[in-house]
This record gives sequence, structure tokens and C-alpha cells, in this order.
Amino acid sequence: MPLRDITLDDIESLAVGAWVLGTGGGGSPYLGLLNMRALYKEGYKVQLMPASELADDDWVAAVSNMGAPLVGQERLTDSRTIARAVELMESHTGHKFRGIMSLEIGGGNSIQPLMAAAHLKRAVIDSDMMGRAYPEAQMTSVAVGDLVPFPLTTVDVRGLESVVEKVPTWKWMERVSRKICVEYGSIASTCKAPRTGAEVKKWGVHGTTTKAIAIGHAVREAQRKHEDPVAAILGVEPGKILFKGKVMDVERRATEGFLRGRTRFDGTDEYRGSNLELNFQNEWIVAWLQSGESGAKPVAMSPDLICVLDSVAGEAVGTETIRYGQRVTVIALPPPPVFLSEKGLQHVGPRAFGYDIDFKSVFA
Amino acid sequence: MRRIGIDVGGTNTDAVLIEDGKVVRAMKAPTSEDVTTGILDSLKSLGSTGLLEGKKIDGVMIGTTHFINAVVQRRHLTKVAALRLGMPAAASLPPFCDWPEDLAALVCGGVWMVEGGHEYDGRPFMPLDEAAVTTAAHEMKEKGLKSVGISSIFSPLDPSHERRAAELILKVIPDAVITCSSDLGRIGLLERENAGLLNAALADLSRDTIAAFEKSIKDSGIAAPLFITQNDGTVAEASQARRLPVYSFASGATNSMRGAAYLSGLQDAMVIDVGGTTTDVGQLKNGFPREANSVVKVGGVRTLFRMPDLLSIGLGGGSHVQLDPLKVGPLSVGYKLLKDGIAFGGKQLTTTDVAIASGVLSLGDKSKVAHLDAATCKKVFAEAARLSEEAIDRMKTEAGDIKLIAVGGGAFLIPDKMTGVSEVIHVEHGDCANAVGAAIAQVSGECDQIFKDMTRVEAISAAQGIANDRAVAAGAARNTLSTIESEDMPLAYLPGNSVRVRVRVVGDVAAS
Repeated sequence: MPLRDITLDDIESLAVGAWVLGTGGGGSPYLGLLNMRALYKEGYKVQLMPASELADDDWVAAVSNMGAPLVGQERLTDSRTIARAVELMESHTGHKFRGIMSLEIGGGNSIQPLMAAAHLKRAVIDSDMMGRAYPEAQMTSVAVGDLVPFPLTTVDVRGLESVVEKVPTWKWMERVSRKICVEYGSIASTCKAPRTGAEVKKWGVHGTTTKAIAIGHAVREAQRKHEDPVAAILGVEPGKILFKGKVMDVERRATEGFLRGRTRFDGTDEYRGSNLELNFQNEWIVAWLQSGESGAKPVAMSPDLICVLDSVAGEAVGTETIRYGQRVTVIALPPPPVFLSEKGLQHVGPRAFGYDIDFKSVFA
Repeated sequence: MRRIGIDVGGTNTDAVLIEDGKVVRAMKAPTSEDVTTGILDSLKSLGSTGLLEGKKIDGVMIGTTHFINAVVQRRHLTKVAALRLGMPAAASLPPFCDWPEDLAALVCGGVWMVEGGHEYDGRPFMPLDEAAVTTAAHEMKEKGLKSVGISSIFSPLDPSHERRAAELILKVIPDAVITCSSDLGRIGLLERENAGLLNAALADLSRDTIAAFEKSIKDSGIAAPLFITQNDGTVAEASQARRLPVYSFASGATNSMRGAAYLSGLQDAMVIDVGGTTTDVGQLKNGFPREANSVVKVGGVRTLFRMPDLLSIGLGGGSHVQLDPLKVGPLSVGYKLLKDGIAFGGKQLTTTDVAIASGVLSLGDKSKVAHLDAATCKKVFAEAARLSEEAIDRMKTEAGDIKLIAVGGGAFLIPDKMTGVSEVIHVEHGDCANAVGAAIAQVSGECDQIFKDMTRVEAISAAQGIANDRAVAAGAARNTLSTIESEDMPLAYLPGNSVRVRVRVVGDVAAS
């Protein structure tokens, strides 16, 4: 399949679908969407390219915005900053990028490559490195694949630009780049280690922009026709309903730069009489179900995607904004296969988040 | 204490006189086209009873939907100059970028973006480019713009750049009317800026409306200061309300809830305000409506500031009733109830008809609804109760049964026993709860800010101090202040134990 044009309507859907794939985190795509609306109005256009179209020796840029969502709410997002991070990487490495991909399809980072691609007139590669949202740099498919973690460029809109030339591990990259980000004011546009076409084809999580658009399109269509949006999502994705309920309690605490906590739900409809607890670290990580007399059992966990959806609107509910009384449907979506290997689970399985339980997939 | 409360609604202008904590007189008059005639009529008829003879009135508190209607209907809006301090950030998302096009075309008089703003930790983001602000001011002057909205990155934390820019503009345009986004609080530049620009767009209307209100009071022969009720159930002195009209946007629904609290004597309860077409459900916490914590759209513009958290459903005294299959609302005959309802010779079966048939209300011609048997009436009431119960449950913030105060003209739809409700309370003068709420309003102050390197307790107390000062500035007596809301949220990703604290305090209007 060759390149295809992304319409503005696709981007409207992408914003909704990427928020679902954000599994509770990833930041809102709203400001990215506003930027794309402005760019399309000015005549810019973006094309989507499947990874399979890449030659092995092509180079691909991987981008993301890093930092505190709250700072983003004040500084907003300038579409040119992420493009600058890509340009800086090109001039630093001397590679000319064929396309630009997202580090993280879940949440606001889904739209970052589109902004860069519009300004630099490159294709957006229809793959990412998480298939969802995760809080840390080593929680990616390329880290599981032990690909080189450097170099990395970071850009602040005031003309602050740095390159992290070399680090021994992905964890070091996380630490060093986070420090730079804090100095910038806790927000930075970043271009991660460039990947070859061969690497993207082998280690990318494929088709995720298309997937996010399809999910968002299903939700928006269902809203328009007053149909069940959750059923619409399950019509385009092989997901499973885990629970329907009402939020009873939310407990949040900020530790080591993450938002951690738990949310408890009381069952409604066919789940009346049982309870669900979701633990989160920026994103939803583990779901515990209690029904009847028996103790709570883990029923879903990372890397399976746990998505909390507003039962009526079908839109995703985030860990920062969820609150008592909301009626939600909790669904699970299948994880990228790359995370299901022993190595993959070391990076993103329940133990990577401090839960001493063996991974068992909802879809096993 | 003797106060007059007036609520100018879409259909009726309600007025009450409260003396030493008691409702002495309540009355309804149709809302007039020009609003002020209705107010004058209400004041005159309150006075006509001789009730006010020789008595000192401490305040006339008016709640109005005038300002929000202007935005929704796109009328009486002023052209605004938008000045944002935050370059080089977000140049691709200038002021007005997410407004509906028709409204932006009406309001936007020009956009200026210059360097300035702060970081979350108080460092300047960029030094304020004073020369650029002055140049912008000259350009505004040339275009004849007098209403200016200024926004700046992280201005709720540090408003100094916005204030300095306002000074510089006033040097060039001495009669400029300036809204600083920091006066409207909340973190979230785009939404705060939007609220500021809407506020600036209401500058002329606000000046004229408040002047007309003052004239109505004077013409009625009452010598009392004017207060305008706010979204959060408090009042502002006329001078401050004139400056920040957006704070009056949702005062009608809030006044009903505050009135319900006052008339029932309850501080914590759910309130259901059943009107003709819609029912608003909200929760009282410490006698005030709980606030919405998220983005609220006004006339299509995303804003984020003090608004009550309400759930509106299509249920009321004028709701259409369909018997087979059973359906109540959301359509309504609205203000045509006394013409279109079956008991009044019309053709549309309404909830009021059902109430007349079952003897709950004595209105209209009961014989016209005699075909509705007791079982049918019971089914309709049960459906109305079910819709209400669902709305109440959605608005709860914790599990367990809660007390419910039922007010508004359609309160007869609320039964005495409901699921999830421990007790249903109907109050005297419940149909004028909104005007009562206006009459008893207090003054508030708010702080929403990020605090660093402080213990949680220190941060909350610092926020309290700021909120107290703001309340006093707004006209409250310091010795009556109490905290009614305190919320803190640890911030992920930010270093240094950052915590965002939001505190709101209220107090009685200070004696003038």
C-alpha cells in the first residue's frame, strides 16, 4: 500500500482514538489537534506511509514531546518546535529522514509526528514504539530490541537546543534527558535515536496511526448516531469488556515524578455486586477484580491495554481527571506482540511497575 | 439585615425581600425585553406595599443571565485587542485560535504577541518586552480599540507581567478597559485567555447594564448599594462586577441552590431545581454549589473558571408525556404551558396535566384530564422520579444516601421517597429560591496556584492567605471569612514536591 493522504477528519478521529490508546495517560491530544487544524487551513497536508514501504537503509525520525502536562497547558504547543528537533537531528547525524514516526501513539504524542511532517514535508510512518502510552523511555519496542538509545535531541521554543551524544543504556537516556527537560521548564520537544528502515520494520509497532484513526472514527460515528460507542470500538478492535461500573474512590500521589494511585469501581449492569480496582502509574497498569467472597484477583495487566471509557460518550477517561461518580466501561485491548516475550515483559510487565505477579493476558 | 434579591430569568423576574433572615415578601413578574423595566416593576411593587417605608435597605443583589445571553446570542459585544505575553512559545496557537469563527469575527479586533511570561517555578519564561507592548498599544489606539484582554504564561502564579503590560497600555490609551487573565485565575493558558477575552468583549455591555441596574434602583426610590451575584453563589460590588462580568455567567442556577440551602437550613445536600423545561441537579457543600473542575464551553468557547457543577436533564413541569410507550420529556411546552397543556384547553399532555389529574396541583380544568386514571398518573410520576434519581446519583461524589432539597416551579414531580435519598425536603418559597439565593449571597476569594518546596500544610495555609486577601478586596469583612473549599493535587513530572492548591473562602459583605 502506497502513501495515503491524511484528511483533517482523520486527524479529528486520531485525537479521539489516540486518547483511548493512551490507557489513562499520554496527555490530551487537543493542542496538537488545534495546531493541525491551523496548518491544514494554511494549506499544509500530511501523508501516511506504511513501514513496509521503507527501504532497509532509509532513515526515520522518532519524535515525542516530553514533560509535565500542566506546563504544556500554559506554554501550549508550537508545531514548529518538534520540527526543529528533527532538523537538529538531521544536521547532527547527517541522515536525511524519509519519514517521521511517533514514539508513543497513546495521547498527545500521536500528533507530534504530523506537525513535524507538515513543516518538513516528509511522510508520517504508520508505526510507533509502544502501541499505547508508557511513562518511561525504556518501555518501548526498540528498548526491548536493545537498539542503540542515542543520540537524542531536545529543543525548547526559546532556542535552547541540546544533543545527548551517547549513553550506555535506555535508563540512562531517561535520566539524562529528563534532567535537561526539567531545566527547560519541564517541557521539551525531542527527537529520539534515529532508526533505519530495517529497524523500524523489525521493531516498530505497526499500523497504530491507522488503528487510532479507526477507533476515533468509530467513537465519533457512534456519538453522531446515538449508538453505543463502546460497542463501536469493539467492532473495529478485538477487545474485551472487563467491567462496567461507577467510580467510587480515587487516590492519587506524586512520587518520583510519576502520578501513582488507584481507582475503585462498583459494578453496574451485569457486573453489579462485584468491584474493580485499577492501579495506575500515569497509565492504567493492573486491574483487580473482586466478586463474591473470594479475594481480589488480577484480571488484566500491562502490557495488555486497559482503557477506561465514558460509558455514554465512549471517550477515554484519564488518570489525572477521573473522578467519583463517573459511569465507565473498562475494556482491554491486545498488546503489541513485542512486549509478550520474556525480554518484553522485563521492560513493561507487571514487575517493571513493582507488582509481584506473573503476566497473564486477557487474550491468552 | 434587610436585603432585596432579584433573579432575572428568561421567563420571570423574581424578587424577594429578606428581613432579619426571613422572607417577608416574594413576587414574580414577567422579564421585560429591556430587563431593567422588569427590575424596576419588581422593586416598585415590593415598595408599593408600604413594606419598605422608612426602612434602610442594606443591599439590592441582582442575578442576571444578561451577560451569558449576549455571548450565546452574539449581541452587544465589544471588539477586543488580544495581547499575549509568552513569545516565542505557542506562536502557532494565537489568541482566538479555538473560537467559533462567527464569534471570533465579531470580537477579535487584533492580536499582539510579545515576549514575556513565567515558568511553573516562578522563573521568568522571557523578560517582558516592554517596548513591544508600547508599540502594540499604539497600534491598538490607531485601530480605535479600547477593550484589551491580556494573558501571560503562568500568570496565576505570577501576574506581574500582565500588570506591567496593563500600566504601559494605559499610558498610551488612558481610557482603556483591561482584563488581565490572572484576575480570572486557573491554570490553562488557552482557556484562561478565552475567559479573559470574553470578559473584555462584555466591557461595554457590562458598563451599560450595571449603570441601568443602578438607575432602576435609584428610580424606584430605594437607597441601597447594588451587588451582582456570581457563578459561585457569592456577590461582587457593582464596581467589581462591572470589571469581571464573566463571573456572573451561571449565577441563576447557583442562586437557586444557595436559596435552597438557606430556606432549608442545610449546608450539605443535593438540590434539584425543577423548572418548566429542564431540571438542574447540583450538590451543596458547606452551603455552596460544588464547582465544575473541567473545561466549560460558553457560546462555543472553551473556558475554565468558576462555574457550578450542574447536571441538566430534560424534565420539568412542561415536559411532554407520552403514555405508550411511556416517555417523559425531554421535549417541553415551555412558557406555553398555560395554553398548550390539556387541562388548559391545549393538545399536549404534560407532567402538569398529570399532576392536576392526580390532585397534586389545583390548576386549570380538572375535568379535561379526567381520562387519566390513578394507575397511569402513578406510572408517569414513577418515570419522572426515575429520571431524577439517575441524575442525583450521577452528581454524588460519594456513596450513601443523601438529603435532597426540591425547589422550582416543577418541584411537585419530586416524590417524598427516592432511591439513594435519605430525605426529600420541600421548602416554603421554594419557587423563588433563586431570588432568595441572590438576597443572601456572600463575598468570596479564591487562590489556585502551584507551591514548591513547602509541606502540604504550609502550601494550603499560604493559599488561604492569598484567598483571604482577595475576598477582602472584593468587599468581604475579614472577621467573617471562612474556608469553604480546599483541594490539593500533587503534580506528576514536576520536581521539588510541587503541589497545586486551590482554596476558596467566603465572608459577609462588609458594612459600608
